[in-house]
Amino acid sequence: MAKQYETVIGLEVHVELATKTKIFCGCSTEFGGEPNTHTCPVCTGMPGSLPVLNKQVLEYAVAVGLATNCTITQYCKFDRKNYFYPDNPQNYQISQLYLPICRDGKVEIETENGKKFVGIHEIHMEEDAGKLIHDEWEDCSLVDYNRSGVPLIEIVSEPDMRSAEEVIAYLEKLRMTIQYLGASDCKLQEGSMRADVNLSIREVGTKEFGTRTEMKNLNSFKAIARAIEGETERQIDLLESGQKVVQETRRWDDNKGESYAMRSKEDAQDYRYFPDPDLVPIVLDDTFLEEIRKRQPEFREEKMLRYKEEFDIPEYDIEIITGSKHMADIFEATVALGSQPKKVSNWLMVETLRLLKENNMDPEDIRFSPENLAKLIALTDGKAINSSVAKEVFEVMFEQDIDPEKYVEEKGLKTVNDEGALRKTIEEIVAANPQSVEDYHNGKERAIGFLVGQTMKAMKGKADPGLVNQILKELL
Amino acid sequence: MNILDMTAVSLGAAIKNKEVTVLEATEAVLAQIEAKESEYHCYVTVDREGALAAAERIQKKIDAGELTGPLAGVPVAIKDNMCTEGMLTTCSSKILGNFVPTFSSEAVLNLQKAGAVILGKTNMDEFAMGSTTETSAFGVTKNPRNPEHVPGGSSGGSAAAVAAQECFYALGSDTGGSIRQPASYCGVVGLKPTYGTVSRYGLIAYGSSLDQIGPLCKDVTDCATIMEIIATHDPKDSTSVQRDDTDFTGALVDDVKGMKIGIPRDYFGEGLDPEVKEAVLAAAKVLEAKGAIVEEFDLSLVEYAIPTYYTIAAAEASSNLERFDGIKYGYRTEEYEGLHNMYKKSRSEGFGPEVKRRIMLGSFVLSSGYYDAYYLKALRVKALIKKAFDEAFAKYDVILGPVAPTTAPKLGASLSDPIKMYLSDIYTISVNLAGLPGLSIPCGMDSKGLPIGLQMIGDCFNEKKLIRAAFAYEQARGAFGKKEDE
Repeated sequence: MAKQYETVIGLEVHVELATKTKIFCGCSTEFGGEPNTHTCPVCTGMPGSLPVLNKQVLEYAVAVGLATNCTITQYCKFDRKNYFYPDNPQNYQISQLYLPICRDGKVEIETENGKKFVGIHEIHMEEDAGKLIHDEWEDCSLVDYNRSGVPLIEIVSEPDMRSAEEVIAYLEKLRMTIQYLGASDCKLQEGSMRADVNLSIREVGTKEFGTRTEMKNLNSFKAIARAIEGETERQIDLLESGQKVVQETRRWDDNKGESYAMRSKEDAQDYRYFPDPDLVPIVLDDTFLEEIRKRQPEFREEKMLRYKEEFDIPEYDIEIITGSKHMADIFEATVALGSQPKKVSNWLMVETLRLLKENNMDPEDIRFSPENLAKLIALTDGKAINSSVAKEVFEVMFEQDIDPEKYVEEKGLKTVNDEGALRKTIEEIVAANPQSVEDYHNGKERAIGFLVGQTMKAMKGKADPGLVNQILKELL
Repeated sequence: MNILDMTAVSLGAAIKNKEVTVLEATEAVLAQIEAKESEYHCYVTVDREGALAAAERIQKKIDAGELTGPLAGVPVAIKDNMCTEGMLTTCSSKILGNFVPTFSSEAVLNLQKAGAVILGKTNMDEFAMGSTTETSAFGVTKNPRNPEHVPGGSSGGSAAAVAAQECFYALGSDTGGSIRQPASYCGVVGLKPTYGTVSRYGLIAYGSSLDQIGPLCKDVTDCATIMEIIATHDPKDSTSVQRDDTDFTGALVDDVKGMKIGIPRDYFGEGLDPEVKEAVLAAAKVLEAKGAIVEEFDLSLVEYAIPTYYTIAAAEASSNLERFDGIKYGYRTEEYEGLHNMYKKSRSEGFGPEVKRRIMLGSFVLSSGYYDAYYLKALRVKALIKKAFDEAFAKYDVILGPVAPTTAPKLGASLSDPIKMYLSDIYTISVNLAGLPGLSIPCGMDSKGLPIGLQMIGDCFNEKKLIRAAFAYEQARGAFGKKEDE
């Protein structure tokens, strides 16, 4: 009988924190500036410059630690990781090894197989490196230090995951938690969240871990899932053919669907870690931790429970809306302005999701304000505009966050509720379409649809369809 | 009075009283530099044009009443490991032989705000690693008291420049004795402040947890006055301490009645030159005669200071000096194949032998498998040394002893035996390990006519006690012997 294998996975997740300035200097963290314009002597490692810790980094790291049930290290330090590479201007990276800020946490994940906990070994703070660009034309390498010193946290899990599904659930959980904290936007494609997968296999039932590999260059959840499947198969094939798994770092090529070895354990450098003497130890007192604890937002699970109790909207809607902190914020703010929850939810679930998909946008990119959504709903509630006009207005609002009241006024989109004028128009339509009138009387119900359409067209869409129907039937 | 004979404070007063102009003082000292540099070689860079321009600018500000400080208009020399915007800053190393910083160190900025005329950058042991200024890539500095002898180090250029009247005062840096020991060898006053008192921003690091900037000057009054200017809290240096007791000149009081002075027996054992011993003990008698209570005691752990220091300082240095790789600035080898070959050749050619020795030593003690046995153990001993001082300062206001076991050795006598050179730091090093302030003041001459330095050590943030004791001693001692050739 063929052997049964189990995949054992642990993750190292790097998250770029959403601070305005870098971790050890006042330079902007903004993405996409001209090369080397967000730099200073500190983040370019000039002689004599010294790092000073950005307090916001500490607050975010502690907030993430508390949200993932970690123990916060109340006396923690930064260490230097020494290695020579031009993207690293001091030739050492300031990171944490000996006393990381958070330890021993766990998060609960849910998959089709039920709920389980994934342990967090530690979370540490560190600085990002610059970016090397190889100039093929000039045959030289250029370095851009704009990213050098951008704050990162690295979240190291325990080897508690057993499938790609669990890994994705864990990553989703982390992403949601960190987004709710506002500590990062966690976009894999843009690199503000990066995951390295440590994977080994073992026969089902054994206690010892197999030899693991580390997989890098995973830029999407899909790539992660594919890489896990690919690496599991590769390792099983090796063992089945009597070979051994080599402890090494591998690079995933998602286009080819395969990985190749980057460096083996034998090539591993000695980073000569030691406490950075330029940065004083960080002492976090209970008051500081309490303050951060108090500031923690309502996370997704609590929010979902509350929505179920407070709002009469489908569970599916709740899941989608709370899947983005930004969308949930818009929902709650709009409801707070007096709109009916069901109606707000409808606008988000139908039109908003449709437009997001069409424009290839994330819920985080929604620009319209709760105030304007509330006004739009009020306009339809008061029958000032009909639903097809409302959709038109919403599209403009989605793009430019216009004030729907003003827009409707300016464009003259208000429904005509002057019954006399409407009746006159309908009389004309009926007179002009004797065939349809005859069809109607011969029992062809559909004929009335044509007449309603003609009326709406004549009214430029501004008529209340219910009223049109009513008058038509009277006249006929 | 000859301008060059003036102390920094007396020159500052003369400028304020319009007896001397800033330009006259600057020209006088530039003339002295021109006359003496070929003999002593105190400077790596002399910025003649810059100094003359600054002199005119500063004079105008003094005349306009915008600069009223005690050292406004007084020319100063800066050790070449402190960044000076637009002025070559080499650390006396080939690897930084062409390095011009884009910003000035905080200490230099503080001096400039106070109206200092920057004369140039003084020679030093390469990256402050050495005790003789002989490891400089740009030639040795000679001791103005006797040019056959070294000026000490690593701030040898700064100490020699003060002694040779090639400046009115200078800034140095002290990681294991690099201000106090050359001050002692050259017969000038030097102070290593409490760690965290003077910002390290812009000081090119050797051992970050030990480095402190401090003054080298002609007397204790100058020393206290300079300290008031450079001791500022700097948010750019996270090890910088906010102090509200930096009115150092207030401690210039000729009164040591009741002051408790401890003399560690451990500092007077084997290896100490008898003439040095005699002069230091005589100085203690002077203070005792003025009403101080002088007592001998056992400090302990003195023999562990040197291995502890060379482990910690070398570890930090091996990492601090990694940034000198020939990529962004500094020396790059002519020919290379690929990145790693460029690193290797640039650094092999750019660093001198003493720097390489310490980089290798530091890399070794930090390497995996040795970290606990060496680096961590050194940190523990460092904590014990601090504790030993804490116990001593529970009893004494000031600890008094020699600065170095001998007076200045002859040129070339130290380099052949690095261990011997390292041992010459035995009395100064533990002060850095414990983060304490230490002051060096001349207390006599040996039979060869070389100055002997007296070291006063205080508890953290007790510079004022040192200044008070040193000022009282200085009043009793009188003017210190001028150079023989004058």
